[in-house]
Amino acid sequence: MAGIMGPEHAVLPAGLPAGLPGGPTARRSRAGAFVRRHKLAPYLLLAPALIGIALVLLWPLVQVVIFSFQNYSLMQITGAAPTQWVGLANFTSTFKDAEFWLSLRNTLALAIVVVPATLVAGTIVGLLLNRLGKKMAAFVSTAALMAWATPPISAAVLFYWLVNPDGGVVDWVLSKLPHWLVGSTNWAQYNWTTNGAFQAYVVIAVLVVWQSFPFIAVSVLAGLKTIPAELTEAARVDGASPSRVFWKITYPLLKPIFMVLLLLSVIWDFNIFGQSYIVTGFPGNQNEYNLSTYLYDKAFASLPPSYGLGGAIALIFALILLVITIGYVRTSVRQGALT
Amino acid sequence: MSAQSTDVTALRSPSARSAADAQVGAPGARRARTRRRLRSASLNGFGLIIALATLFPLFWMLSTAFKPSSEIYSLTPSLVPAHPTLGNFREVISGQVSGIGSVWLFFRNSLSVTLATVLVASLVSLLASVAVARFRFRLRASFLVMLLIVQMIPAQALIIALFLDFKRLNLLENLFGLIIVYAAQALPVSIWMLRNFVATIPRELEEAAAIDGATSFRIFWRILFPLVAPGLVATSIFAFITAYNEFIVALTFLGQAHSDYTLPIYVTYFFGRGGAQWGPIMAASTMYTIPVIIFFLIVRRRLVSGLTAGAVKG
Repeated sequence: MAGIMGPEHAVLPAGLPAGLPGGPTARRSRAGAFVRRHKLAPYLLLAPALIGIALVLLWPLVQVVIFSFQNYSLMQITGAAPTQWVGLANFTSTFKDAEFWLSLRNTLALAIVVVPATLVAGTIVGLLLNRLGKKMAAFVSTAALMAWATPPISAAVLFYWLVNPDGGVVDWVLSKLPHWLVGSTNWAQYNWTTNGAFQAYVVIAVLVVWQSFPFIAVSVLAGLKTIPAELTEAARVDGASPSRVFWKITYPLLKPIFMVLLLLSVIWDFNIFGQSYIVTGFPGNQNEYNLSTYLYDKAFASLPPSYGLGGAIALIFALILLVITIGYVRTSVRQGALT
Repeated sequence: MSAQSTDVTALRSPSARSAADAQVGAPGARRARTRRRLRSASLNGFGLIIALATLFPLFWMLSTAFKPSSEIYSLTPSLVPAHPTLGNFREVISGQVSGIGSVWLFFRNSLSVTLATVLVASLVSLLASVAVARFRFRLRASFLVMLLIVQMIPAQALIIALFLDFKRLNLLENLFGLIIVYAAQALPVSIWMLRNFVATIPRELEEAAAIDGATSFRIFWRILFPLVAPGLVATSIFAFITAYNEFIVALTFLGQAHSDYTLPIYVTYFFGRGGAQWGPIMAASTMYTIPVIIFFLIVRRRLVSGLTAGAVKG
């Protein structure tokens, strides 16, 4: 056992500068010398992380790319039929599928509404927290923290219950409000989740904003704390309106933070899966799929499951995100994150 | 409350206040004070509305969880339960309504997966971050960019391959497979966060200890480790949230292995069974949600600094 453990133990000490002579065993110091001579220390320290990332994140990605050009399915796994290369067939049949375009539309529409809504709501709350008295600020930020902490699945089930036609509180409140305010729809027992994609995504949008504005608020607040109070105060004394102070002083100074928050929000809102799975009652309503649930349906819920089709959708999905991610990486690099 | 806030505002801008006083004299000063009080009152009102609106869904979850079913499906729902009951919790704990076991079983599953993930991810990312922060080696920059990009790959895109690979390895339908995936998923962000912490520790400290004859292991354990501890807290929080909330991998991996369900899969299963058991479902959701809310409140300081540092800097 000690013999097996020896070289592995050497990894840790050798990783630090100036591993010293006179280690406990000769074997250990010999290994240490080898590591030092070949400058292996950083690679040994990186090894566990690299192996984990390669096996769980990179290799599956490669496999998904391969699947997307094959007819991979249950028959191929059991060996009942040979795995064949099918060229772009999975992609062409995806692009011909009306459901794909519907799910893409739902995904884009949700992001286009939710990203600005989250950023605006988060920024307003961040600015508010910066101006409020101590007790009130603590109360508001605690409330926001609780919404933030709620696990997405728990929140999705909760919102499903809030808008439930049988006993949901939202329908009850809407049915009690005057018609000039809420329209002439019969809100009692109104079904939000199976009536159509629009209604379901209204629920998902509110849910996602509720969960993600606190992070934006906290980040904006952290940024605001770095702005010297004299700057905004001087402008205010000079008679600048609050909106002018924000657009002329606060926003330019916090622009890097806003850029990152914008990109992160786009990525997060594109990736929504669990909330959509719960609220749309997967796999019930196919016209309410977004890209994630559409992919999941093709790969796991359809009969027979088509890993090739799923792979093609995953690749399209990943490519869309890659474009956004490149924007994110470029922003980070420009802000000196690599130094 | 409002008077105190006014004081705070006044303290914050003494220059503005004295300038206004000097310019217009006593009546003007009174008017300015009224305006200030009005503004702080409206700010407080706005804050109160936001806080209450934000809290309402959670309040409703709790309220439903403590209501008997006659009140839950009443035609005029009441804000607080008229006859609060622990019946829903009792049903969830006995496991009768969900039909797959007591909530405590799933609680234990979630907790063990989460803690194991935190442990593995912290250790592995600490080693990697020391490499990145302390050594200059070939492909270092490429490694960092790779982390940034990999962190963005959604689990949805990988889930097919992960499912087939882990099936081949016989790691589906057990918690061990989940721990491996979650730990790896937490690594990119954890390494990014920790390298900032390691980089701020002066190298001289370690060198001095080495000259004094400390072994490398001792240097690591006695000098480096205590100094990166705050960073480890931040990455632990991140790994904790990742693992505790994770849905798609657990949903795909656990399949029909009911006794291995984590809390989100249990809640989803319960929810999907239909039959409108909203009392017990909300009781289960409450038991899933409350621990993580308490956790957030405990670590809130570090949460804000740690997560924003991680998110803003990469």
